[in-house]
Amino acid sequence: MHEIIWHGRGGQGVVVAAQILAEAAYLQGFKGVTSAPTFGPERRGAPLTASTRIADEPLRTFSQIEFADIAVVLDPSLLQVVDIQSSLKAGGLIIINTNLQPADIRLKAGLKLAVIDAVSVALKFHLLKEGAPIVNTPLLGAFARAAGLVSLTYLEKGLRKKLPPQVAAANSLALKTAYEETVMIGE
Amino acid sequence: MAETIIMTGNTAAAIAAKLCQVQVVAAYPITPQTSIIETLSQFIESGALKAEYVRVESEHSAMTVCISASTVGARVFTSTSSHGLLYMHEQLHWAAGSRLPVVMCCVNRGVGAPWSIFNDQQDSIAQRDTGWIQLYCRDNQEIIDTVIQAYRIAEEVYAPVMVCYDGFVLSHTMMPVCVPDTETVNSFLPPYKPHTFLSAEKPRNINPVIFPGMRHNSEGVLCDGYMEMRYKLQEALEKARDVIVSVGMQYAKLTGRDYSELLWRYKTEDAEILLTGMGSIATEATVAVDQLRQEGIKAGVVGIRAYRPFPRKAIQEALKNAKALIVLEKDISYGFEGALCSDIKAALYGTGLNAPLHNYIAGLGGRDVKAREIYEAVKTSLEDMKSKKAQNKTIWINCRR
Repeated sequence: MHEIIWHGRGGQGVVVAAQILAEAAYLQGFKGVTSAPTFGPERRGAPLTASTRIADEPLRTFSQIEFADIAVVLDPSLLQVVDIQSSLKAGGLIIINTNLQPADIRLKAGLKLAVIDAVSVALKFHLLKEGAPIVNTPLLGAFARAAGLVSLTYLEKGLRKKLPPQVAAANSLALKTAYEETVMIGE
Repeated sequence: MAETIIMTGNTAAAIAAKLCQVQVVAAYPITPQTSIIETLSQFIESGALKAEYVRVESEHSAMTVCISASTVGARVFTSTSSHGLLYMHEQLHWAAGSRLPVVMCCVNRGVGAPWSIFNDQQDSIAQRDTGWIQLYCRDNQEIIDTVIQAYRIAEEVYAPVMVCYDGFVLSHTMMPVCVPDTETVNSFLPPYKPHTFLSAEKPRNINPVIFPGMRHNSEGVLCDGYMEMRYKLQEALEKARDVIVSVGMQYAKLTGRDYSELLWRYKTEDAEILLTGMGSIATEATVAVDQLRQEGIKAGVVGIRAYRPFPRKAIQEALKNAKALIVLEKDISYGFEGALCSDIKAALYGTGLNAPLHNYIAGLGGRDVKAREIYEAVKTSLEDMKSKKAQNKTIWINCRR
């Protein structure tokens, strides 16, 4: 079972990203997928998480993720607020939306890191919501590249299933561009 | 063709009600149930479901509308949670006493005080003695399947059915659900034909004040008194066990999904340590069992589907070889123990089974219950049970004491 936790702020599309990943994994042939938001009230701008579980067989685990295999960080300011690295399993992967280089990020021993400047990818394809760049689809592209779990092809299919057709094309381009621009260290 | 779609438990419930072609929906929003009725109102607004949506100012009125609509012969649906259910309490008795096949989803949530919007099962357990059939679901597939079966059960037994499932844990978690096609559901569930209903052409007085003794009516027929009516409701719920099983078997034939028992089993064939529970906590327990089995501990899970009527015989049979029993539940009967635990002990009385039993009160007010914690609890219990003094205990899991 692969446990993925999405860290973002209310309004960033954290929950939708978790859903698209579950959809894509199922399309790719994983029989067990779940996605869930943080349970409870949500507020715009407040830190929140969503989760995706992916397994070969139907899932029987619905409790909250204790230690994730992969953490995806939509908002780099959260790294100062939440101890995300400690919520990862040993050997876990953290994928961060940042314009910093991997070497500039202090990484706990044993963790793997991938970075993507999701903001610039979003801006390149005019992915904006209420004036703010939409970073969730670029991070899905980074996920495809760094995690090696769900392929870009299926993520694109999942994305097209979840998003309205008029925005699917631009999001799909952002997904692919982010895939290409993702930088990894720690392998 | 049946289609598998990734959806929340609440979407599954709403789609089930649509597939059952309910004619009247009356509900009042309350977390975590609200998205069921939001989805249903969209179905009705778009014309996908030909039903009347009655807006009400409270859950008490929601159930009253359901009772009224059912009395004139409509198939009705509602859903609620927590305080909404408690507010309905009076009308729950009226629905059952009137022998109306109302189906309601209870999306389980803790009750105040203090306020909690999160999951436990205190709300539905507190309605145990209202005369409603209570079915509990272990995942989102069971939600869609159980709502569909609930109408067959309710309309055959003439008793209302509450389909209970864990708030957020299932209601807001998306997972693959196989949605049966309309033709399959139509062949399984024909339109509701009530044996009697109230109409303007044949006006009657229903549920008048009744005196302690039996009385003759105006035509000289000796009619049931209050006790006879209560006896018949009890008989109906006793009979409901067989109905739930036969309906489940028919549904299994159409869908290939097993609903042939009032309970479900996981790795129980050679199990000596049996874990029981209702809803998602029992699902989580199966993962703990896998871990226990890796260490050679012969553990298994008996999940309770039907809580009322209580599956006395099925439990006696399923637990007969147990050397230790673990009852996990998200409720408490204050001053005693978990409600399910009491019922299981009562069902086992006189069978000669006297295995040590530990009752775990867990996950109240949404506190997370992880498979790891269940695994650790079982390990601790097995060690503890070696002492004669610790054969029967209630333990609060993951709670500061």
